[in-house]
Amino acid sequence: MPVKPAVGTPAEVTQGSRTGGGVGESTLRPDGILKVTGEFAYASDMWHEDMLWGQVLRSPVAHAEILSVDTGEALATPGVHAVMTYDDLPTGVRTYGLEIQDTPVLAHGRVRHHGEPVAIVAADHPETARRAAARIRVEYRELPLVTDESSATAPGAPLLHEDRADHRAGHVPHPNVVHRQPIVRGDVAAARGRADFVVEGEYTFGMQDQAFLGPESGLAVPAEDGGVDLYVATQWLHADLRQIAPVLGLPEDKVRMTLSGVGGAFGGREDLSMQIHACLLALRTGRPVKIVYNRFESFFGHVHRHPARIHYEHGATKDGRLTHMKCRIVLDGGAYASTSAAVVGNAASLSAGPYVLDDVDIEALALYSNNPPCGAMRGFGAVQACFAYEAQMDRLADAVGMDRVGFRQLNAMSQGTVMPTGQRVDSPAPVAELLRRVKAMPMPPRRQWLAAGEQADVRELPGGLSNTTHGEGVVRGVGYAVGIKNVGFSEGFDDYSTARVRMEVVGGEAVATVHTAMAEVGQGGVTVLAQIARTELGVVRVTIQPADTRVGSAGSTSASRQTYVTGGAVRNACGLVREKVLELGRRRFGTYHPAWATAELLLEGGRVVTDGGEVLADLADVLGDEAVEVEEEWRHRPTEPFDLRTGQGFGHVQYSFAAHRAVVEVDTELGLVKVVELACAQDVGKALNPLSVIGQIQGGTVQGLGMALMEEIVVDPGTAKVRNPSFTDYLIPTILDTPDLPVDVLELADHHAPYGLRGVGEAPTLSSTPAVLAAIRDATGLELNRTPVRPEHLTGTA
Amino acid sequence: MDFLRPASWEEALAAKAAHPAAVPIAGGTDVMVEINFDHRRPEHLMDLNRIGELGEWEVGEESVRLGAAVPYTAIMEHLRGELPGLALASHTVASPQIRNRGGVGGNLGTASPAGDAHPALLAAGAEVEAGSVRGSRLIPIDAFYTGVKRNALAADELIRAVHIRKADGPQQYSKVGTRNAMVIAVCAFGLALHPASRTVRTGIGSAAPTPVRARTAEEFLNAALDEGGFWDNGRSITPSVAQRFAELCSAACNPVDDVRGTAGYRRHAVGVLARRTLAWTWESYRGTAAAEGGV
Repeated sequence: MPVKPAVGTPAEVTQGSRTGGGVGESTLRPDGILKVTGEFAYASDMWHEDMLWGQVLRSPVAHAEILSVDTGEALATPGVHAVMTYDDLPTGVRTYGLEIQDTPVLAHGRVRHHGEPVAIVAADHPETARRAAARIRVEYRELPLVTDESSATAPGAPLLHEDRADHRAGHVPHPNVVHRQPIVRGDVAAARGRADFVVEGEYTFGMQDQAFLGPESGLAVPAEDGGVDLYVATQWLHADLRQIAPVLGLPEDKVRMTLSGVGGAFGGREDLSMQIHACLLALRTGRPVKIVYNRFESFFGHVHRHPARIHYEHGATKDGRLTHMKCRIVLDGGAYASTSAAVVGNAASLSAGPYVLDDVDIEALALYSNNPPCGAMRGFGAVQACFAYEAQMDRLADAVGMDRVGFRQLNAMSQGTVMPTGQRVDSPAPVAELLRRVKAMPMPPRRQWLAAGEQADVRELPGGLSNTTHGEGVVRGVGYAVGIKNVGFSEGFDDYSTARVRMEVVGGEAVATVHTAMAEVGQGGVTVLAQIARTELGVVRVTIQPADTRVGSAGSTSASRQTYVTGGAVRNACGLVREKVLELGRRRFGTYHPAWATAELLLEGGRVVTDGGEVLADLADVLGDEAVEVEEEWRHRPTEPFDLRTGQGFGHVQYSFAAHRAVVEVDTELGLVKVVELACAQDVGKALNPLSVIGQIQGGTVQGLGMALMEEIVVDPGTAKVRNPSFTDYLIPTILDTPDLPVDVLELADHHAPYGLRGVGEAPTLSSTPAVLAAIRDATGLELNRTPVRPEHLTGTA
Repeated sequence: MDFLRPASWEEALAAKAAHPAAVPIAGGTDVMVEINFDHRRPEHLMDLNRIGELGEWEVGEESVRLGAAVPYTAIMEHLRGELPGLALASHTVASPQIRNRGGVGGNLGTASPAGDAHPALLAAGAEVEAGSVRGSRLIPIDAFYTGVKRNALAADELIRAVHIRKADGPQQYSKVGTRNAMVIAVCAFGLALHPASRTVRTGIGSAAPTPVRARTAEEFLNAALDEGGFWDNGRSITPSVAQRFAELCSAACNPVDDVRGTAGYRRHAVGVLARRTLAWTWESYRGTAAAEGGV
């Protein structure tokens, strides 16, 4: 049964050129031209002969008992092949989840959030499937809502999950708390006594969406052996597999997964969406089933960034030294756990920011509520904290009477600083230097809207072509922020990746094939893995195999970890291949030259050479007809869980740092903002692909800008329903909202990491938002304790 | 869903008479969104793209007859001099791709208070040319918007063109959105000076159930300009007059709180836009009048 190319990512793309293309070069993406010309095959473009279309019926209310479900009329609709509800699930495993298996595959007697899946339909046309789903009659009896901390923990509050038996349940203060992590270190009371200034602040962080452009999509094809082949856009094939197979009642080797073209992820594809539903319908009907969410459904089809209420207290001495910090971070996890516990761990352990703070009292927790489920998104718990502690830093600097950057530099952490968790930072932490660099960049000229002449160029003004000001009411502001993000999975997680590397002669030339299950979601992993293979194996041509589950897990494409971990796995496997190739060479040619036995040998430019540069043999001759292949798992150094009471522990693999300077023009009368420039300085350890690194930093920066000014899922507090599930009303920055983004890349090696690299993708998302907020405060003098900031907040009309 | 594809205006009118619930579609800016979101599943969709005359315009002595499907891009490129307010409004419509397809007929057909063209049409002065098998008529723009997303068209009528008065003085248009492009209006304001009749006309978008004129504000300003001899002496408008005008424009709003903005913000912002657009148009008028030696 031939599947029409379900590829796209990375479709057996052969890369490389005669110019090298190894580590440190800006090789181009194999999918770049296809993407910008609209020819790249995304998951939603897949098609299969005889395929059916799946459709999900979702709850129109946030919290209700399901009194009855009548599928009769839907089933009787011509063209409908299957309708399934909870009662039709094939095994006793009817829930899933990344950490806690609390999410129903289909609702059972109760829905806990707006948009929860209740039933699924397969039909021969998407319109038929949609109409049939609308004909399923569900009777709901609405239940009282849990929407915030007070309604979650009030006496008699409805419990989202009454009979919790998960491993967190015994350690939480209330069953509506998913996880709570305190961190206590030093003596806050004593340190507070030394403070000349104490600053307290209450902050609110809105619910951000990943807003990836390729909606959830996949195609499940039933196989003759009773299994299923699933082509899907995801972030972690093997984590999906672990959750899907038990629900289907299949062994994992009968659920064969292949990555399809992914149109962005940002954390929103860590949790399952359509995977199980498509497989269930395919196995039920014996036909391939495709499910594609539309934009509206996508807003209900994945978790969002946790909104947060945050309280901070900081103290400082007259000479500007931080004395202590207390904070409480309350994250709203919504109806199901997703990755809330790990987000709590990050929020707590990174809540001090990149500053020296020896006396801290920290508490972070995530609630269960009837709001939309929240989980992973770029920055993962560190973003919310950074927004708040950076506002605190400005207020402290002002209280002390110091320059805001100087105050940060004075208190900046560095290599050797001990984190609130007790973990000593054992690689470069150039926080003060990043601030110095970003501050030293030239300032964009003032009144740029008059650069072209007497007529104002409205594109350079707040409001842009909407023509709201010609300079009236416009005030410039400048703000700075810096942040700290962990890289890799933390708290004792076995965070490994697997690489299979093969070397053989094709067309007279030695070529390498790299096979991993790494999800390419736009981060540039396919480029970097090929660069590593070229550098390690001295070949020009490298083929990257499509990611699938025929090779071991690569772990998730998240936590800024893939270049580190899967890159590390590929480098490790390449090293083993190199040893085998040299072994082969010694066997074949060892007698011809003594250097085979005595010298340090390298693979370069398709040859075996000595470290002195003498060529011993062509790789093609060494290999002959033989292929050398290795598949190996690779791990970074282990971490350990945080102590449940004190929060102490070697919890994180690596830290990454970025600093931003935002320059804004604010129309103070209308509350409209034009970000003129958002400059970033970031330490990346080693830029494996400098072009990709700059792309990541600019992308993260703009996502943070969106969070500062416009991106928010608005949930009605009275109904817990989402009010803006569309790109009409969930706004993300356009190119006209995107300022100049100068980037200064620092490369200070972390000797624990492959090539000294440091994960890049998330850190710029942290400091971008507070830098923009700081710049708007600078322009307006307003306090602005919430993000995103809307025109109402700047004009007193909220 | 049946797809009707009339080849001429007469065929379209006959089809509309036969199927009064048929939804006309040209650029699809609004209709396709409603279909994609499953908000609307009309029995009949009527494609007007085969009727070439709907994409044409004629510049007459007094007014421009703008075909219902003339794309916003054409208005921006070719009618900036005759219809400056509408050209500015066209600039704020969605993205370049949508401006290449969408036209004023769609805005009028949907009659959403957030339609970008409405404030410019209200300020300039316009008439909607509606046709049916019964004949054709001109509906004054002030009488066109009858309720939230409702207009004065009869069930068998189609919009053929809009007759917009050619600018006889400066016009301005401003729109507030929460990003700098591709955004639905939180509120919008159009203002046109008509030196020939010595009047000022306004249009407010997204701040009332329908697009509206700020009539009390217009009357106040017309009287103030008249009394002070401003049209003749070309003096700058006094801040107190501008302020009162802005307040009356705010007062003409009847906005709601919604996910795009609060009612309070809309009232406030309309006032700011009224004050600014008045200053821009008046300064431009003074400049022109001075250059012509009239002042």
